[in-house]
Formats: sequence, C-alpha cells, structure tokens
Amino acid sequence: MFITFTAIFVFVMALLALSFRPVGNGVSQASGERLWIIGLGLIFPAVILLCLLAYGLWIGERLLPRSDADVTRIEAEARRWSWRFSYENDPRRSTENVLHIPAGRPVDIEITTADVIHSFWVPRLAGKLDAIPGHVNVLRIEADAPGTYTGLSAEFSGHGYDNHSFAVIAHGPEDWQKFLEGEQ
Amino acid sequence: MNALARHRRLTAIWSSEPGWKGWLSTVNHSDVGRMFIVTASFHFLVGGILAMLIRAQLATPNSAFAGPEIYSQLFTMHGTIMMFLFAIPMIEGLAIYLLPKMLGTRDLAYPRLTAYGYWCYFFGGAMLLISLVFGIAPDGGWFMYPPLTGRIHSPGINTDFWLIGITFVEISAICAAVEFTVSILKYRAPGMTLGKMPVFAWYMLVVSLMILTGFPPLILGSILLELERAFALPFFQVELGGDSLLWQHLFWLFGHPEVYIIFLPAAGMVSTILPVMASTTLLGYRWVVAAAVALAILSFGLWVHHMFTTGIPHMGLAFFSAASTLVAVPTAVQVFAWIGTMWKGTPQLRLPMLHILGFFITFVIGGLTGVMVAVVPFDWQVHDTAFVTAHLHYVLFGGFVFPVLAGIYYWLPLVTGNRRFFRLGKVAFALIFAGFHVTFLAMHWVGLMGQRRRISTYAPEDGWTAINLISSVGGFVLAFGLAVVLIEVVLSFVVRHRAPRNPWGSGMLEWAIPRPSAAYNFASLPRVNSRDPLWDDQNLPVRIARGEGYLGDPASGRRETLMIDSATAEPEQLVIYPANTRLPIVLAAVTGLFFLSLLLKIYLITPLAIAGVVALGWRWVWRLGSKQDLGDQPIGHGVAVPTIAEVSRPPGWWGSVFLLVANATLFGSLLFGYAFLWTIAPGWPPPAFIAPSLPTMLAAAVGAALAVAGVAIAVRTNRNGGTPVSGLLAAVAGALGLVAVFAMMLWSAPPAAGHAYNATVMVLGSYGLVHAALASLMLIFLLARHRAGYMSQRRRGELAIVKVWTMYLAGVTGLVVPAVYLPGLVT
Repeated sequence: MFITFTAIFVFVMALLALSFRPVGNGVSQASGERLWIIGLGLIFPAVILLCLLAYGLWIGERLLPRSDADVTRIEAEARRWSWRFSYENDPRRSTENVLHIPAGRPVDIEITTADVIHSFWVPRLAGKLDAIPGHVNVLRIEADAPGTYTGLSAEFSGHGYDNHSFAVIAHGPEDWQKFLEGEQ
Repeated sequence: MNALARHRRLTAIWSSEPGWKGWLSTVNHSDVGRMFIVTASFHFLVGGILAMLIRAQLATPNSAFAGPEIYSQLFTMHGTIMMFLFAIPMIEGLAIYLLPKMLGTRDLAYPRLTAYGYWCYFFGGAMLLISLVFGIAPDGGWFMYPPLTGRIHSPGINTDFWLIGITFVEISAICAAVEFTVSILKYRAPGMTLGKMPVFAWYMLVVSLMILTGFPPLILGSILLELERAFALPFFQVELGGDSLLWQHLFWLFGHPEVYIIFLPAAGMVSTILPVMASTTLLGYRWVVAAAVALAILSFGLWVHHMFTTGIPHMGLAFFSAASTLVAVPTAVQVFAWIGTMWKGTPQLRLPMLHILGFFITFVIGGLTGVMVAVVPFDWQVHDTAFVTAHLHYVLFGGFVFPVLAGIYYWLPLVTGNRRFFRLGKVAFALIFAGFHVTFLAMHWVGLMGQRRRISTYAPEDGWTAINLISSVGGFVLAFGLAVVLIEVVLSFVVRHRAPRNPWGSGMLEWAIPRPSAAYNFASLPRVNSRDPLWDDQNLPVRIARGEGYLGDPASGRRETLMIDSATAEPEQLVIYPANTRLPIVLAAVTGLFFLSLLLKIYLITPLAIAGVVALGWRWVWRLGSKQDLGDQPIGHGVAVPTIAEVSRPPGWWGSVFLLVANATLFGSLLFGYAFLWTIAPGWPPPAFIAPSLPTMLAAAVGAALAVAGVAIAVRTNRNGGTPVSGLLAAVAGALGLVAVFAMMLWSAPPAAGHAYNATVMVLGSYGLVHAALASLMLIFLLARHRAGYMSQRRRGELAIVKVWTMYLAGVTGLVVPAVYLPGLVT
C-alpha cells in the first residue's frame, strides 16, 4: 500500500512539475477533458480503489471472530482507569490490569465498560475495539508466541488517560493450564 | 451625472456610519465580511498559540509544563477553535465579502441577517475564549463523547461552555448558509445564468446546502446533551434507555460533511485563482461542478468511518469503507482538472500560485493517507493515534489554509487597493511549507510507532523523544511563517503603493469595481454574457462606473439591487434593502442573554430573553414593506419590475424555504435518534408507553387542517381583491389550538428524566409547541400588518411567507402526534 501510494504521489507531482515546462502545448478543451478528467480523474482512481477495497475487505474478514471450538473467551471490563479481566472457565477468577491468554490459540475478548468509552488495544496482537456502555464488542486476538505484550486504552477518558494501560501475558500450554488452576 | 458624482452619491447611500460606531450598525456585506475575516484570524492566532503550547508540552518526555487537566483543555480548545471559530467563520467572511462582487450585485440577500450572524459568532466566540482565560474551558476532546462529557463524569461548567457556546456560534453558520443559497440563486447580474456563474459561487452553493443539512444534527446533539446535563434527560445514559453511540452518530453526521464544508470553498478558490495564474480558463468547468456536487452527496454517507472501532458489523463497515474510498474519485476529478488547466495554459510562479502548489503537495499526501485510513483493518491499528492527527492536519491545513493564503494574497489588492511592497511573501511561504511538513511528517511517523493522540506526556523509554522534538521545532517554524504573513497583510494596508485595476488579469466581475472596493460594489449592474465578462469587454469597468448598466440612477436614495429569475437570469424584482441599524447587534445580544441564562442556570432570565427575541424579531420584520402600492419600478434599459413587497415569492419566502430545509433536517435527526434508541439501545422498550388520547389526536387533526385551510383562504381572497382577515382568523384559531394540543401532550407525559423514551417525547412535544407558537405569532403579525395598511392585493408577499411556515407546522404535527401516540396504540 505504501509503495503504491508513493508511486501515485510521485506521478501527480511529476505532472504538476511538467506543466511549467516552457513550450506551449495546444491542449484543446475537448481532448483535454477526455484525457485529464475522464482518464486520470475517473478511471485511474476507480481502478486503484477497487483493488484496495477488495484487499481491505479480504483482510478484514480474516480478522473477524469465527466460531471455533478452540476459542478461549475472556471478558474485559474497562473503568477509569483500570481493566478487569474475567475468565470463562472460572467465573470467580479475575485479574486487574493483567490479561492472561494462551499463546498460539485464538482468544475472543468481550469488551465492555463500567463508565465512559474506552478502547481495547494491544498493538502487537490486533487492532483496537471500543468499550461502549451497555454494549459488548468481541475482538479476536492471537499471540503467536508466549511473552508479555503492552496493552493500552485508546480513547480519551479524562485526566488519568496517559497511564491507562495493561499488560498481556501469553502463556505456553503448560503455564496456561497452571494459570487456570490458580497457581500463578 | 458623471461617474465621480455617482460614486459620491452611492457611497453616501451605502456606507456605514463614520468611526468605530459604524461597526456596530453596519449591515454592508463588505464591512461584515471584513469583520468576520479579522475575528476569524484572531481566533486562528489563539488556536495557534494553543497548538504551540501543545507542542511545547510534547517536545520532551515526562514534561511538567502542563498537567493533564490543563492539557485536556488545550487540545480540546485547539480543535474547537480551529474548526468552529476559525475555519467556518473564515469561509463565511471570505464568501460574504466576495460573493456579491463576483455575482455582480450590490449586497447579499439579507444584510441585517449578515450582521446578526456576525454578532452571534462574536458573542459565542467570546464566551468560549472567556472560559479559556478562567481555566474552565471544555476538556472532553473536540468531539465531546458522552458519557465522558455527561454530568456524572464532567460535573463542571466546562462542557456547558462548549455545548452552549458552539450552538450560539452555529446560528451564524446557518444564517450565512441561507443567505448564500438565496443570494447565489436569486441575486446575480442580469444575464448571468447558472452556467455562466463563477465556479466559486457554484462551490459556495453546494457548501451552503451542506451546512443547511450537515449542521442541524450537531445542533440537535448539543441540545440533547445539554438537556441531559442540565435536566437529567437520559438520552445518552445507558441505564435509562439512552445510548452514548447516538451522540457519535449525530456528531459525525455533522462532522464528516464538515470536513468537506471546509475543503470545498478552498477548492473553489483554487478553481478561481489557478486558471488566472495560468492565463487560461478552467478545464472542464461542468465536470468540476459535478465533482463538487458528487463530493457533497458522498460526504453524507461517510460519517460511520469515524466509528470503525465501535463494533459495527463488518458488512456495514464494508459499505462505509467503500463510500469512504469512493470520495477519492470526485477529488481526483478536481485535482486532475486543475493540473490539466495548468497544462492548457502557461502557469507562472506568482505568490498565490506558490501557495496553490503547497496546497497540491500537502493535500495529495493527506488524501492518500485518507484512503489508507478508510481501509478498515488499517484504521483498526492507527485509529486514535497521532497518525490520524497528522492526516487530518494534512487535509485541513493542506486543503484549507494553503488555498486561503493563496486567496488572501490574490484578493488583497481588491481589499486594500495597494500592492505588496516589502515582498515578504516568499520567505513566509518557505517557512510555512517547511515547518508544516516537518511537524506533521514526524507526527505520522510517531503515530505509526504507537503514540496515542491526546496523551499529555510519554516516557523516555517509549523512544518517541527525538521525533517529538523535531515535530515541535517544525511547529514553531510554521508559526513564525504565519506571523510573517500577518505582518505583510497589515503592512499592505498601511503602506500606500497603488495597485493597478485587475492586477492578475482576471476575467471576473469582482475586478470591475473600484479599488479598494466601494461600499456599493457596482455603480450600475452590468449585463453578463460569459463566464469572463472582463475579457469580453476591457472597457466594462468604465461603462459600469458611467452608469450604463441597470440601476445606474441613484436618485431614489435607497439601497437597491435586482433579483433575477434563477434559470433565465432576467431581472424579476427590485430589491430595496434596509439601511444601517443596530437591530442586529441588539438582537444578537439578547439571543446571547438567552444562552447565558442557560449556561449559568439562571432560568428566571430565560423567558425574559425569549420575550426579548420575539419583540425584536417583530420589530425586525415590521420595518420592511410599504403602506402603498408602488407599482413596477423602472430599472434602466426600458425595463420595469415590481418591488419585493409586490410579488408572490419575495426574498423572505426563499429564505424561509431554505431555513426550513435546515429545520426539517433537525427534526429528521430527532426522529432518527428516536428510531436509533428504539432499535439499538439496550433498555428498550421503556417500562410504559404513553396512553394515547383520542381527543388530543382529533384536536391536532382539526387544528392543523384549520390552520392550513385558513391561510389558503386568506391568500385566495386577497388575490381576488377581498379581505384576508377571516381566513387569517381561522388560521390563528387553528394554530393556537395546536399550541394547546402540544401543551396537553407535554402536561400529560411521564417524567422526562425517567427514561430516554419519556425524554424523547418531551423534546418532540416541545418542538411541536415551539412551531405552533411561532406560526400563531406570524399569523397574528399578518393581522396587525393588514390593520396597519401594509397589505393589499399587490402587496401579498408576507402572506406567502407565513403560508410556508403554517404548512410546515401542519407537517410537524402530522409526524409528532403519531410518533408520540402510535406506540401506545399498537401495544
């Protein structure tokens, strides 16, 4: 995407620069409209946009949560300025500001909020999704390898917003089992 | 009468009172336009200083320059001021000043309304600036998402300043939009058909219609949120059947068209200036106009792309993603039409052209990053990061500030009568261009690295320190460049260095008037036969000054101009304008008192202020008109036309129609909100629906029918030479009946604070009540006018105006009553 857009930018700028060349260039009104407006103004962007749109839709569909037997469900509730995560296998089990997930398996985060609008964002794992009062939004994330990732709230929520973050710890299969059994 | 005597006579008729007092009473579009531009520039300065403070805060990690509380106010007010107090008013100012000159007429359609709009802007802006000075400015981000801005999480007065101040300022945008629409359609030089109209006027027509349909959702949203804050009506509180997403829909329903409302006038300036700089005509005039229209329509389908991360179903997102990328097509049509124009002609690197090149480079980058953001998965990553901030500055600074700078340098000789002397312009451009790109390229980069927007500080280990510092340095260079522009503009007023007439060799009418521009614009109104009348006839300015056009004889001593038929552009009516008056500033002050009483919660004053507005409004319209039939008036060249009081569709009729377009959009947004809450919000259906009352429904039907029939009878009998009194009396009875109906509806409604449904019913009923009361007042006004002798078989214009409002009332009744009672009837 970046390369295409750089190419388009250079192309437009070249056309702009060339208009200053000294030789007169009898562009007639009719042929000018055909070339510049129909050719470059209509057809050129239409083709590029169609490709881009198809690409975006395809990627977007892939990122959608699909029903999957292997999915872990975790509820995330934001409030000013902390996150509480509850795990489906044990309703009593919840963590503050630290999200534990199994690595290498899809996880559905069910996002909501107790007060104002927040946004759940783990930059290295997925895009962001808002936490809206009264609604539950589901985001599919998946960590390829065990490790710790930074999570952020990405919707301005007042003066504690700067440090409204959480940690994501992705466990290997054994550690995840231990976590579920309450050993961590 | 020679040209000089005519100039003196017309100047005496048209100019404002001498000295500073003239500002308070002037209604002349050149004066008010300049006042708008100066005030908007002042706000630009304030907004710019806030930007500098933001950059100072972010220049270093862990900065202790401003704490989060102050920082929130800084960025909220920066965005708010730049959008609402700089960009939109700047457009209004430029268009108010330029449009009549381009269209070959002497003023806009409603001179007093121009001034009223200005004073609403002035007082509303002052409210917001005062909040800033006292450190109680809005701090919820410029798009004010509830519940953060609701009363629970923002109990202070800060948010109220935004909701009330901005709504006050929006009055000026609506006034200007009505005025531009009517002026462009009806106030042009004879012979200037729509196809011969300057392309800037086309753009402004499109923009005005967008303002009329784009701003009402925001005004409604602000009213609802303020009602929630002040009286606990739970429109956005999820526990009581509200939904905070409703605000986001209403806000972006306005907010996205807003971007094009800002961009299109700037594009209009580029389309005007660029061909002149290349000594040619615009390539594909019709295509460019079509592209502007297409952009306007598409922009209303885009609002959801600001909400890609709110959890909207993916196929819904696909639709809006497609619409978002689609806007690139009409934009590309315009960009390539401009480049093609340059190929067609011989472009010269004069100062306005430099800024247009700056516009091209910046705007194309901004457009391309815009297409990137329109791709949903990409947006999920960069949404709410500095990348989006950088993108929107590329679009707004590139798409608006550069063209405006080009425009300022281009039209400055017309305003001052002087040419620039010190030649600082190129230095200023270099500073602005370099400073801008350094600032915001860096910001793109740091956004991709994950810096969220609106954070007040960051840690050294985030690794953003160097980039932020570079960005801040760039910001200060940019500010310095803008300061140089300001200095140069001030100097060109002071240093007398006479510019030639038409210094750029344009073919358009604004260069056919005296320079600096005269208060009356055209000593006589020319007949126009092409898009570039000055190229057709080099001698045109002299012939205009000699009074060879229409209305060349100022003997009557009145401010006169012509209204034309929209399609044929033949003279249709003689307009007699009101002269200087302080009514606009007084009315704006009383309107301000109304808003102030709500802001400070001194509700005792509110009814007094409303009564004041009504009384002044009455006086406003009472002053127009005449007590005898004037008959057709000669306008020169052997043509005679009736005055505006003696036609079926006077200026007030046109203005009412377009004002009602905005009003209907507001009402439509309210019904949309009702349906949205019903279907989307959790907590519906409400505990109980209102029990339908058969007598009320019957009374509503009878009242509406009586009002409409009464006015229709009054119009018909008046046309046939009879007296309209009995018809009007019937209509008054009908309208007053509807007042009673809506009062009953409100009286019997359950407590509005209990559920969003009750609150919605309250607002629907109040909307009906206000319109019923307004129509009653108008009908009573007509009776008084008839009694005082302002009405006759010929002088029928006012009847036509009130008829439109009465029919609107009937329509509102027909929708409000079922919307309130049907749910109870069905369940």
